[in-house]
Amino acid sequence: MNIPIDKVQEAALEIMRRAAIEIPPDYREGIKALQKKETGKLPRFVIHAMQDNWDAADEDRRPMCADTGLPRYYVKVGNNASVENGFVAVERALRHATAECTVTIPLRPNRVHPLWRTDHNNNVGINAPEVEWSFEPDMDWIDITTVHKGGLFGSDYRMLFPGDGIDGIKRFLLDTLIAFGKRGLACQPAIVGIGLGGSKDTCMQLGKQAACLRTVGDRNPDPKVAELELELMQLGNSIGMGAMGFVGSGMVVDCHIECGYTHTGGMPISVHTFCLSSRRSTARVHASGEIEYRTDPQWFTPYLRRETVEW
Amino acid sequence: MVNNNGNDGNDGNEDDIKVFHLNLPAKREDIAKLELGSAVYLNGIVYTAREGIYKRVLDEGMELPVDLKSLSNVNFHCSPAAAPDGDGGYNVGAVTATASFRFSKWIPRWIEKTDCRILIGKGGMPAEDYKKVLAPGGAIYLTTVGYGTGALLGRGIKRVREVHWLDDLGIAQAMWLFEVENFGPFIVESDLDGNSLFAQHAEVINEGIEKLYAGLKPPALHRYGETDNRRNEVM
Repeated sequence: MNIPIDKVQEAALEIMRRAAIEIPPDYREGIKALQKKETGKLPRFVIHAMQDNWDAADEDRRPMCADTGLPRYYVKVGNNASVENGFVAVERALRHATAECTVTIPLRPNRVHPLWRTDHNNNVGINAPEVEWSFEPDMDWIDITTVHKGGLFGSDYRMLFPGDGIDGIKRFLLDTLIAFGKRGLACQPAIVGIGLGGSKDTCMQLGKQAACLRTVGDRNPDPKVAELELELMQLGNSIGMGAMGFVGSGMVVDCHIECGYTHTGGMPISVHTFCLSSRRSTARVHASGEIEYRTDPQWFTPYLRRETVEW
Repeated sequence: MVNNNGNDGNDGNEDDIKVFHLNLPAKREDIAKLELGSAVYLNGIVYTAREGIYKRVLDEGMELPVDLKSLSNVNFHCSPAAAPDGDGGYNVGAVTATASFRFSKWIPRWIEKTDCRILIGKGGMPAEDYKKVLAPGGAIYLTTVGYGTGALLGRGIKRVREVHWLDDLGIAQAMWLFEVENFGPFIVESDLDGNSLFAQHAEVINEGIEKLYAGLKPPALHRYGETDNRRNEVM
């Protein structure tokens, strides 16, 4: 059965709106937990104001942050799914949804040409919005997730080497969190995503996905990686820095690590912070045309983390 | 309960953060009362100006499209998530700030040209700018909170009074004039003596940094121009 393309379009419009306006419940709870332990007076004030802001956004149906980021879609296709007019039509629907939502929500038109600064006021342009694709065996739905990740600060990459080891990872994480945490440029407390391995571009992609597509409290299925996630979260929260770089204790809401097999001579790492306005929303469009709205993207599944020839 | 331009004292919810309400254009004596780390709400007219405007007015010598001196002395480094409302006006959804320190080179001339007395934005200015430029010019810096309180700030915008150079510069870079009411919260980052709240807090945090790095040796390969001194500011 073909998934109707107008349902895909409808879902894309709605998740753009939800992502911009409604803070995901897992993040809200994560911040609450962090807030209880926050030692700094000013960070507590900031977090309190942010919570007021989430409520105001929801009540007024207006975006929680005006830097509505660079809209981006993650599309996960069930292997048995088919869409009316095919997947080019899906990409087309996502482009249209981006342009329409930029006006109707409204989102800030952030997207410009890097050289000519051309601005169509609709967040659409060359290679924009980005659409990343992945697959899920057996299913007949497609999942569309949008992430509005703002900002120029809070992400960094470094080629480490095997000899740098876990200490090198810790050091780079501290380097990044301290540099971008000062003056609150990372808009912390944030979900921190770490990409380990892959090639340089994959490393960046994995880290961003780790930050934006996993829910607070979710742990990597590899127990040793899961342990490292908790250790790095604690390390980030021991810097002595809270919201906006003020003296405090709450820098990291959660830490997610995603790994990719990498070059034998290297250990690339990327760090990404998903800010105080962590914005993501998912719609699962079933073969029947029914749309199921979710706040957990379920992007990382065993299929995506497969390690051997047999899977 | 709320006195204009006065300290309302503790607001109850927020530990002991002081709250001020300021009428615009801001008077020097009112600005002088603001204390580092206190919260501020604004009433009056606030405008946006960022690189697009600074370039035109200060680098290219174009005339300001509006007489700022008589209207407003508050420059907000932001662009709104806004769209035409179909009735000739604009629907402003949310506003949040953009990083201010990248405008540093334009600020001395901007203050001189416009009599700007309050800069609002994200991240503050380089600490020496407060001493050398803002404070001598009678100006201070307020930081937005979080920095994502876009819906709260959006609520404070009662009307778009004017927008200039929209066609040429786009929504993000145009000059917007907002009529605001109870617009905030903002936090006082610098005062008329040129002190910086961020710098003060960074000093305290820096004291603990060596301990954090103890035992973590630098990476095998350095990057060009890299420093090991984490006490350095980002800007």
